Amino acid sequence: MVQERNKHGISRREVIKLSLAQAAGLALLRRTGGAAAADAPKPTPHAKSVIQIWMWGGPAHLDTFDPKPDAGYDYCGPLDRPITTNVAGVQIGQLLPLLAQQADKYAIIRSMTHGVNAHETASYLMQTGRAPDRLVFPCVGAVVSRFKGYDGGYTGVVPPYIVLTELQGRFSEAGFLGQRYKPFATGGDPNAARFAVEGIVAQGITDERQLRRRDLLHALDSLGRVLAGNDQFAEFDRCEENAYNLMFGETRTLFDLSNEKDDVRERYGRNTFGQSCLMARRLVEAGVPYVTINYRGWDTHKQHFQTMQRRLPELDRGMATLLADLADRGLLDSTIVWWGGEFGRTPRVQWEPPWNGGRGHYGNCFSCVVAGGGFRGGTVVGASDKYGAAVAERPVYPRDLIGSIYELLGIDPEGPLPNDRGLEVRLLPTDAEAGAGGGRLREIMSS
Amino acid sequence: MRRLVLLLAVVAVPVAVPAGESPPVLPYEAAGQFVPTGPIDECVLADLRAHGITPAPLCSDAVFVRRVYLDVIGTLPTAAEVGTFLADEHPDKRAVLIDALLERDEFADYWALKWCDVLRVKSEFPINLWPNAAQAYHHWVREALASNLPYDAFVREVLTSSGSNFRVPPVNFYRAGQGHEPETLARAVALTFMGTRLEHWPEEQRRNLAAFFSRVGFKATAEWKEEIVYLDPAAAKPLDATFPDGRCLRVPVGQDPRQAFADWLISADNEWFTRCIANRVWAWLMGRGIVDEPDDVRADNPPANPALLASLQAELVRSGYDLRQLYRVILNSRTYQQSSIPRGDVAEAEAHFAVYLLRRLDAEVLIDAINGICGTHEEYTSAVPEPFTHIPKEKRTIALADGSISSAFLELFGRPARDTGLMAERNNRVTDGQRLHLLNSSHIQKKIQEGPALQDLLRSARRDRRQLVSTLYLTILSRHPTPEEERAAVSYLRSAQAPRQAAHDLVWALFNSREFQFRH
Repeated sequence: MVQERNKHGISRREVIKLSLAQAAGLALLRRTGGAAAADAPKPTPHAKSVIQIWMWGGPAHLDTFDPKPDAGYDYCGPLDRPITTNVAGVQIGQLLPLLAQQADKYAIIRSMTHGVNAHETASYLMQTGRAPDRLVFPCVGAVVSRFKGYDGGYTGVVPPYIVLTELQGRFSEAGFLGQRYKPFATGGDPNAARFAVEGIVAQGITDERQLRRRDLLHALDSLGRVLAGNDQFAEFDRCEENAYNLMFGETRTLFDLSNEKDDVRERYGRNTFGQSCLMARRLVEAGVPYVTINYRGWDTHKQHFQTMQRRLPELDRGMATLLADLADRGLLDSTIVWWGGEFGRTPRVQWEPPWNGGRGHYGNCFSCVVAGGGFRGGTVVGASDKYGAAVAERPVYPRDLIGSIYELLGIDPEGPLPNDRGLEVRLLPTDAEAGAGGGRLREIMSS
Repeated sequence: MRRLVLLLAVVAVPVAVPAGESPPVLPYEAAGQFVPTGPIDECVLADLRAHGITPAPLCSDAVFVRRVYLDVIGTLPTAAEVGTFLADEHPDKRAVLIDALLERDEFADYWALKWCDVLRVKSEFPINLWPNAAQAYHHWVREALASNLPYDAFVREVLTSSGSNFRVPPVNFYRAGQGHEPETLARAVALTFMGTRLEHWPEEQRRNLAAFFSRVGFKATAEWKEEIVYLDPAAAKPLDATFPDGRCLRVPVGQDPRQAFADWLISADNEWFTRCIANRVWAWLMGRGIVDEPDDVRADNPPANPALLASLQAELVRSGYDLRQLYRVILNSRTYQQSSIPRGDVAEAEAHFAVYLLRRLDAEVLIDAINGICGTHEEYTSAVPEPFTHIPKEKRTIALADGSISSAFLELFGRPARDTGLMAERNNRVTDGQRLHLLNSSHIQKKIQEGPALQDLLRSARRDRRQLVSTLYLTILSRHPTPEEERAAVSYLRSAQAPRQAAHDLVWALFNSREFQFRH
């Protein structure tokens, strides 16, 4: 990526050097604590990027990656014929035939648990690995942005943490890390004729006009001239320069999905989710460390099975194509794909009014899927009981999963989380703070 | 270095420069010596002399009118308001304007917003007041400010109220947060009304303070999300409590220890009480606490100017805890009315209040200003299903009650999450994303191109380019353009093939100027 120099002659690389000096200071701190996982050999960091498919609202584990055909109609409803996959002995939901053909690429965790059935608290747990306390911690994306973004050697013009397309807003995603680590939400719709990324792709303003009015802006900047050298104004200049680099640079081409062949776009599915998956691949290809696809519509209290019939094929096509495409391009080894929501859904179908065939929130036992970046595919971690109601083997808590992702990225889960609030905190809580966990997913992490 | 910059600045704005050490920079400064108007200025000037710091000159009328509107009512003055003020020749016009602004409805809106930040008024995670309680609480705070409830009475109500969260809104103070443990409640009390972080206190003192809140009970009712905050009647033993100053007290059974704590705290002689609020108000208006951060009082974080802080505390007590009077005294001071252009070292000038501190407009104020000029509105959303998310179109952002009701713009521009009550939660730093949004988002561009009030304005002045430029400057930057600015703007309009588009570009350029985006 281009290394640009701002008006004050400080290049991004020099800024990074400063951060590295700070990081060296932190390395000293790191030695003082958190030796929990020290006895097992640490996996080699494989991953450079993460694509998080956030199943907003909580997807039903029974209808996706943990089918229970023997549990009967009260549990399965009409979806009682799971299908075999390309991995011997592994079955998944019948509405996911394309994903069944990619099962060798991902690991299914069937024993996720945190026990919380409220959206906010469960989202917080799944995105931070922590139970709510007085402090609001950053979510995984913000942490990765802290370590792998501009403070960690990333020099891209595109922001290091992108959300397709809207923020969750359930809590401030960067927590106490603050503004700098918040995601860039694209807005717009990647499935529209033109993906209007808010701020980057302007509607109906020519480049010539952009440049002309920028000159006007600078000609009228009287206060800026009077206060030249003021720190806040220097920051303002730096941000403006970055903004123009985004508007005029390679970013525009990156977000322009019409550069992809039609058959590729078709393969991902001509819908917002499918095209978001395609966009995510393009971003990762360009070196962006963290991309979240906020995929709405899984809070299916009512009309559950109708929704599954309609939406699962969309999920199936988009995610299966993403995995295949990443693998074909040699990107899967360095890209973690993480699928899951805040919880699962009640194994027993709520046939009674007012739900009339819905599934409620269920945090006691549910599924997540991970692929790539050093996670071994074609595997299953843990198991639920015969109804998918409780963990039968090998519980996996949110922090076990998140810690594993950090390890594969080369981020120390026990390490300190640098912040400008003066807080002495670690990325993830220790067992002493949070109670015994299930342990990181060493069984599916390549060493 | 600094002098060189100043020299360049003067060259950049070519006006007649009067002889003297520190000529005023036009159009931002006015001529005149630093003449103290009262104890605040005397304390500041004495401190500046002791440190050999030169104060900035008086700000110009144009800077003052914009500044005082933004600081006091969180609202940009209209072009008409600016015009009237600039044309007024009364020598006391600044004092008259200050008095008028303190009586405006927006005063209560804006300061309710600030108070609700520190009181954590928010329905959702991790505060979980829930919508109707958040609305009731905000309404109560706003009314207290509108009626100028004396600060001592305000604090007493917040600390000692019991009852339903819907019917006795100040009880929500104890509900706003994760957990109801005595120490959690004590932390909130210490942070909010003593300006100190209990987590840094020695363990024994923490426990002592927590004891005063150990008998606060919480119970649900049959009404959805109603909660009663009450004195635990089951306590069978008197409570032996120790105040932070070491005094001890036995609270008999049946009496509320919170009452005893309030009696101790709310006293003219209690430094903890008067220092916290005097310093907080100063920080709100001046952009920096005398103790800074303003909610981090510690032995090793002394005030930058102890005499100044003491004079504010004395003023507050003398006025009977009249917050509006405290605002009035600060706003009328020469210190407040300094320009934002420092003479000498910036960091030193800022630390000793020898300059008005530059601050990016608060997220809510910025979007209100843009909407006010364009005649447009925002849409807000909330993550919890709430009855209050449908906000009437005319409602301004500074009047939003609930921290959970938000927009992408507010999140981008650093509106506080209202998670902790720390003043530092409000983040007014500029980011790449913010610049991108104002420079090139459809959200802002649409307002400029389609906002009805702005289109009317452009139509009304379309025949005369100079008048158009002048009107836009008064509307957006609250001042007249300098001759150079007028020339540049008129020439841009003249050379354009599409006049309407060129006018939109001029609005865009002024919105994107630092002068618009900062309080200065």
